[in-house]
Amino acid sequence: METEKAFYERLEGKGVSRRDFMKFCTFLTATMGLSSSFVPKVAEVFAAPAQRPPVIYLHFGECTGCTEALIRSMYPWIDELVLEILDIEYHETIMAAAGQQAEEQLQNAVNKYKGKFICVVEGAIATKFDGAYGKIGGRTFLEIAKDVIPHAAGVICNGSCSSFGNIPAAKPNPGGYKGVGEVMGIKTVNIAGCPPNGINFVGTVVNYLLLGKLPALDNLGRPVWAYGKTIHDQCPRRAHFENEEFVEQFGSEEAAMGYCLYKVGCRGPETYNNCPVAKFNDGTSWPIEAGAPCIGCSEPAFWDKFTPFYEEL
Amino acid sequence: MGAQFQHDHIVHFYHLHALDWVDVVSALAADPKKTAALADNVSNAPWGGTVYFKNVQQRLKTFVDSGQLGPFSNAYWGHSAYKLPPEANLMAAAHYIEALRLQAKAARMHAIFGGKNPHPQSLVVGGVTCVRDLRPDRIAEFLYITKETQDFITNVYIPDLLAVASFYKDWGAIGGTSNFLAWGEFPESDQEPESLYMPRGVIMKRNLGGVKMADQARVAEDVTRGWYEKGPARHPYEGETKPLQENPKYRPGDGQYTWFKAPRYDGEPCEVGPLTRVLVAYARGHKDIKPIVDNVLKTLDVDANALFSTLGRTAARGIEAVAIGQRMQGWVMELVANLKAGDTQTYEPYEMPNSGMGVGLNDVPRGSLGHWVQIEDKKIKNYQYVVPSTWNLGPRDANGKMGPVEESLIGTPVADPKKPLEVLRTVHSFDPCIACGVHVIDPDSNEVYKIKAL
Repeated sequence: METEKAFYERLEGKGVSRRDFMKFCTFLTATMGLSSSFVPKVAEVFAAPAQRPPVIYLHFGECTGCTEALIRSMYPWIDELVLEILDIEYHETIMAAAGQQAEEQLQNAVNKYKGKFICVVEGAIATKFDGAYGKIGGRTFLEIAKDVIPHAAGVICNGSCSSFGNIPAAKPNPGGYKGVGEVMGIKTVNIAGCPPNGINFVGTVVNYLLLGKLPALDNLGRPVWAYGKTIHDQCPRRAHFENEEFVEQFGSEEAAMGYCLYKVGCRGPETYNNCPVAKFNDGTSWPIEAGAPCIGCSEPAFWDKFTPFYEEL
Repeated sequence: MGAQFQHDHIVHFYHLHALDWVDVVSALAADPKKTAALADNVSNAPWGGTVYFKNVQQRLKTFVDSGQLGPFSNAYWGHSAYKLPPEANLMAAAHYIEALRLQAKAARMHAIFGGKNPHPQSLVVGGVTCVRDLRPDRIAEFLYITKETQDFITNVYIPDLLAVASFYKDWGAIGGTSNFLAWGEFPESDQEPESLYMPRGVIMKRNLGGVKMADQARVAEDVTRGWYEKGPARHPYEGETKPLQENPKYRPGDGQYTWFKAPRYDGEPCEVGPLTRVLVAYARGHKDIKPIVDNVLKTLDVDANALFSTLGRTAARGIEAVAIGQRMQGWVMELVANLKAGDTQTYEPYEMPNSGMGVGLNDVPRGSLGHWVQIEDKKIKNYQYVVPSTWNLGPRDANGKMGPVEESLIGTPVADPKKPLEVLRTVHSFDPCIACGVHVIDPDSNEVYKIKAL
């Protein structure tokens, strides 16, 4: 095991001061709602894991937007997640292996880390016609899920497709797509969102590394630290709602004044997520800040339930 | 949109394509001092020096020594088709990591006016919702990020591209196709397509001199070889999407073998994407694109025929990243001029018609994208889109004509059929997005091998 001192020296070699590192740990613990006494422990977890926790990341019916969101991570950077924090044994977008070698790698990883790996799933699973509407290398998503998932220590669904079915499962759903938990009859940790904020995924993984268990979940499998409150309850425009000051048309004077978007279809009151406080892309913005009503992307079946968008419910 | 091009092309080159040319494991054998000298010679990267490369190498070594190779497991390392010396591999590996961080920053441009990236949310029918972000501080933030990204493109991406390409010049004669279709992008006035910065056009049989204006009425989609109910080739306005109600069988010989339809222009398959856009611009004597293309050809000491290739496709991506990125600052300053003149309009109210038809033609980083809609009773009656990967990866048609990727793979030399690295190079050079064209089989998976085995 690397000593703490050696670790900080290595960090500094990479241009990260001890102060920067502690700042990052504080940010993560604060984001996760942990008390500051956990800070040294976060640092220990990242300092020198004897073995990086193995992750098998499966892609099913999806658009890869959740992976894209994850690689925008800045605390930690994605190269740190891949090289120093996690052991991402299989991930179709970022892995170098292809074709038969990629398939082989999946089997090797499952065998090597049986019962010990975290299975992350992005995408829904086709179930109609024996799962025929979704295949990789000739095998259906359904077959792959049944092969891999029972051997995992835990399953994290990254995004609304794997969590709830989402857009692949939207009407008329020709492939019979469903979320992973429903198909496999298991409980999964659901990092909901289309795509979810990378912070919500990273924070959940840190919880696992830190406490050796998954965080508290709501009745839809979403971590409470991230999905415990509605957008509406945390919205900086909430006062305008109370004062009945509404935007009724985009580009209007009211829009320029930042009034409440409820009447142009905001689903903030029905939607549980931390967007107003975590924001996206290193805190740059979030939809309502950009004048766009929340479309409720972290709620099950939002595509069918909340459309037509831009109209008051 | 410009920010999207800057971002996507960097991610494609470094993270989705580079490992087809760069052997990361070989980087462990590099001499950091020689690597620093090489980098000083070919690159203007802001990072470098012996200590820097030593640290990167140590980081890779620690990673490899851990025995947990993660996403680098079971790849084609040591394959005879890798040609870079260890020092060039180490330089490229270092920039692979830098690019990972840079792309996260570059994505902030979208978040400033779109709320988040990916899937920005401020675009609505009639305009954009981000009226409150048209502030000097937001615009300045955007300008500085686009500048930082452009510095990376000109000082790191392009030098790396040229350095890597100089070892793979034989790829200037492999992986080409015949026909090219660009809808074009970046209107600079209300005159469209005339004012498009990346022009609209179609080139048949590699005849650059015969470049013509493209017309959406000439598009049709053929479903002969796709897993859809049989029917004639149809224009997208009349298009149908009726997937087979069964477990579809893979019959590449003479039957159906894909979820892709086969889009055709005047009955011909067409390549879309950066190479197409650059060829159309080059053929039209584009004032910014032509000199960059000529300069790249001169630097690599190859002629214009080399553009019709895997190497040409990968080079074209860098060429247009330079041109579009340079143009972006001007577009932002136009916005500033509008604000100065008091023009803050971001939205045009509209009334949904009872019935109507509409088409939207764009060029996105991966290529030509068309949307066709029919409206009846104020609702969508039919909606069809033909996305870039459908053009490029679509199958054969009723006349047996191959799609562009199939055509491009013919004649590819493969040193070891069990490890078809060479096939990956060409397929990846198209920047395939299978998810956009309905799931077939992942491009990083078995399908590549099967295409090769045909």
